[in-house]
Amino acid sequence: MSSATATSPVTNAFAASRLPRFSTLWILLASLAVSGVVVGLVTMAGDAEFNVGLAVFFGAVIFAVANYVISLLVEGSRRAADRLVTTLVVAAFTVAMIPLVSLVYTVVVMGSGRIDWDFFTLSMRNVLGEGGGAAHAIVGTLLMTGLATVISVPIGLLTSIYLVEYGRGRLAQAITFFVDVMTGIPSIVAGLFAFALFELILGPGTRVGLSGAIALTVLMLPVVVRSSEEILRLVPNELREASYALGVPKWLTILKVVIPTSIAGISTGVMLSIARVIGETAPLLIAAGFSNNFNYDLTEGRMQSLPVYVYYSYISQGTDFAPYIERAWAGALTLIAIVMILNLIARLVARIFAPKLGR
Amino acid sequence: MNITRIGSVAAIAIASTLVLASCAGASEGGEGSSDLTGTLIGAGASSQQSAQEAWVVGFQTANPDVTVEYDPIGSGGGRETFIGGGSQFAGSDRAFKAEEIAEDNFASCVAGTGILEIPAYISPIAVIFNLDGIDSLNMDGATIAGIFAGEITNWSDDAIAAQNEGVELPDLAITAVHRADDSGTTANFTDYLAAVAPDVWTVGVIETWPTEYGGEAAPQTSGVIDAVTNGTGTIGYADASRAGDLGTVAVKVGDEYVPYSPEAAAAIIDASPREEGRGDTDIAIAIDRSSSAPNVYPIVLVSYLIACNEYAEGAPVELVKAYLSYVISAEGQALAAESAGSAPISEALFTEAQAAIDAIK
Amino acid sequence: MSSPAAKLRPKSAQRPGDRVFSASALTAGSLILAILAAVAGFLILEGIPGVLADPNDVSIFDDGVDFVSFVIPLIFGTLWAAALALVMAMPVALGIALFISHYAPRKLAAGLGYTIDLLAAVPSVVFGLWGANVLAPMIQPAYTWLAENLGFIPLFAGPASGTGRTILTAAIVLAVMVLPIITAISREVFLQTPRLYEEAALALGATRWEVIRTVVLPFGRPGVISGAMLGLGRALGETMAVAMVLSGSGIINFDLISSVNPTTIAANVALRFPEAYGINVNVLIATGLILFAITLVVNSIARYIVNRRKEFSGAN
Repeated sequence: MSSATATSPVTNAFAASRLPRFSTLWILLASLAVSGVVVGLVTMAGDAEFNVGLAVFFGAVIFAVANYVISLLVEGSRRAADRLVTTLVVAAFTVAMIPLVSLVYTVVVMGSGRIDWDFFTLSMRNVLGEGGGAAHAIVGTLLMTGLATVISVPIGLLTSIYLVEYGRGRLAQAITFFVDVMTGIPSIVAGLFAFALFELILGPGTRVGLSGAIALTVLMLPVVVRSSEEILRLVPNELREASYALGVPKWLTILKVVIPTSIAGISTGVMLSIARVIGETAPLLIAAGFSNNFNYDLTEGRMQSLPVYVYYSYISQGTDFAPYIERAWAGALTLIAIVMILNLIARLVARIFAPKLGR
Repeated sequence: MNITRIGSVAAIAIASTLVLASCAGASEGGEGSSDLTGTLIGAGASSQQSAQEAWVVGFQTANPDVTVEYDPIGSGGGRETFIGGGSQFAGSDRAFKAEEIAEDNFASCVAGTGILEIPAYISPIAVIFNLDGIDSLNMDGATIAGIFAGEITNWSDDAIAAQNEGVELPDLAITAVHRADDSGTTANFTDYLAAVAPDVWTVGVIETWPTEYGGEAAPQTSGVIDAVTNGTGTIGYADASRAGDLGTVAVKVGDEYVPYSPEAAAAIIDASPREEGRGDTDIAIAIDRSSSAPNVYPIVLVSYLIACNEYAEGAPVELVKAYLSYVISAEGQALAAESAGSAPISEALFTEAQAAIDAIK
Repeated sequence: MSSPAAKLRPKSAQRPGDRVFSASALTAGSLILAILAAVAGFLILEGIPGVLADPNDVSIFDDGVDFVSFVIPLIFGTLWAAALALVMAMPVALGIALFISHYAPRKLAAGLGYTIDLLAAVPSVVFGLWGANVLAPMIQPAYTWLAENLGFIPLFAGPASGTGRTILTAAIVLAVMVLPIITAISREVFLQTPRLYEEAALALGATRWEVIRTVVLPFGRPGVISGAMLGLGRALGETMAVAMVLSGSGIINFDLISSVNPTTIAANVALRFPEAYGINVNVLIATGLILFAITLVVNSIARYIVNRRKEFSGAN
């Protein structure tokens, strides 16, 4: 916050009066102290326990007001507004961290109990009560999500390239519009669709991993298209024009200039889309079924997935319910860990391929 | 379906299971039952899932080359899948209606041979509540109906106090928790309310909670348990095996108050008549909720196993017969009682069901 | 909508590479249309019988309810929950995106961006578990307080829910779920703001907030709206988290804190589908078709807004 003063544009120090460098920090501490005393007094009067969250909240409010008013008096309205926005932006960030921390804390504390070798090597075949693992579900999730990614990313990326670089007229309009509509397919409907499709092809009641992958593809495609389209549009035309001026054909310009420039954004988009579908429960239960056994074959037999595993470990517990709940949380933790690892890989890819620019 | 393993630990674990399996097979002394191979597909009620899990483990242990898959997609989904021929057996919280059977469009069965229905999973539904320091309360049907219909709104209400002398009831609002999803548990629970207190519970047997009765909705048994546990002054109904440390209601039957127990739940099934107009192998029970027989607990969930009497060409008939026989056997029922808290079926019911299963072609 | 880049197509002869590339891009685009047509066809084919069914044959309808009166509360609940979620998520998401792109020190920013992306990685089942078992009990006392002290405002009329599983809790969970989506796209867009514009503004003596207001936000607006739309799509269609957190029934009310809340289409389908049979399945699929239509309308509106603001698009 105090860096607001440090990195501000070059100004004439004599033309405008500025607050000293550490004023923000002092105002913050003072606000917290005031709020702490007030909340303390009120709760003591009300015979309640001292509420830290309440004190911090009021401290932040007092700080925002005090900082604004002091800056307004000393530095003028423009800088005061700047300080107010800085406070708000930091506050927004802090607010968002609360659920994140609470969630991650809950999952890690509840889930770490069953993170052991068995969990990652065993299936649930012939397991009753304690023990067992989620290896079959991990395999299923990786296979189905992997296949869905392999299908949707090329199609989605090419579509967004079409929309940004080639598309004109009715078709591009129609694609844009219908991709938007596609974001509104309820996940369970995607599952029903894939199930109905495979019933048509392979006979009644067919539940296979491939069907699950198709359901995920339907959900994944619009996210890939939408996010990469948005990123591709932001590549400055000057870059394209410079490339054309050097006689580079359009397709090479796209491959060598447009995509590398936006690779960080595109990989973020792909990660978002994977994260969007990897946790889907309902469509996978309908399309790929439920199983306690290993299955590596996408075209034959039911395939378990982690979200389905987590959900059913939670909802149908036996009389001895502790192992079921432990498995559910451990599965959730594993799912998050998988996405984190994928995310890291995507960032690495982006770093290797992105052109070295100024930021 | 291949059963592959990862790593040596897995191999050891599975090997040891196989050893156990062969022991179990030997002790059972069944004639060649371990020759069975193949995959059996079932789908249906999620209420049965933990019991099915137990049966599948027991059956697969005795027959190592067999894989039984049970999709817990719900009773409706299970019946639809069975009708469409997508599964060899179904689990359902209600039997097929007579007119549904009359339509006779079961894809995996030979036309005109009808179906087989066995009430293989019997489980008491406990009325659970969360009040500090109170483990058990007595209530009659009308009181329970009043609470869930939103007419009795405070724990210190006279209707509750009159039946619980000596219990200090708090002056606390009642939050009645019901199932948000359509479920057989709700159907069975409201069937009881409608039977014993038709004046208070006026909407009859329902799966979807009527808006005018208010109350809190929570999904699945686990959701109801969590909502009751996390709230204060809450009351709900759920599969008794999950009641845990929560307080439970002893229900008035005749002149006495009966707490839930598997035995009392099985007793009401024996005290109840069959539904009329059904085939010999179609054992559908019309539970007598207002029974005043001694030591019966009237709020029970009965979940059926459904199969064909005569399968169309190519179905794994032997597998179906072996699996269903295992499910109703004393061993299978005991395993389900232990790991899912269900009530074992009676000797009479077993004999009748076994005869029906033996006749499957 | 004609792409601005397409107008710049060089007039030279098309090379084979170009032809292959544009053809494959076109094929991909058409394939998406085909997939969507298949899904839409399936929905319509399966849904229409549900709309036309005789209400007496449909067991999930209460007495005297037909398809229209069944679906209207659900439409209301869907829009209401998604709107609440978006209202809460938008300012926070913008704040985070700006914090990461323009306020946090460079080294810290990458790590923070990563941490927020982590939220997107949490499966909806886990959000459901967390919302129902952690957030709801934690926030319930606040609802009791609101009902007692601000009960005169219709939004807080109460009586307060005893478990905290209200539509406001569900909307908070939804808001947390859509945050990373909106943040990720806004952040990327803000980072793409031409450096020269920002430096020009700074050179004119603008404060950081003025740079953001006059350069970054206008430049990023279409991207932000796109992000918001993706987030809204998720909020409208989210199934499991809402089903697990919300205590809902088929009614219309604006009370945020009572235990009787409207429910959403997606959650309703998820909760009822397992027990549905016969014509009931078609009715539920028909409500899915309605959700499809709602998203269509919402997205059309968003596209219209984005297109009006095109002058700032980077590809110009």
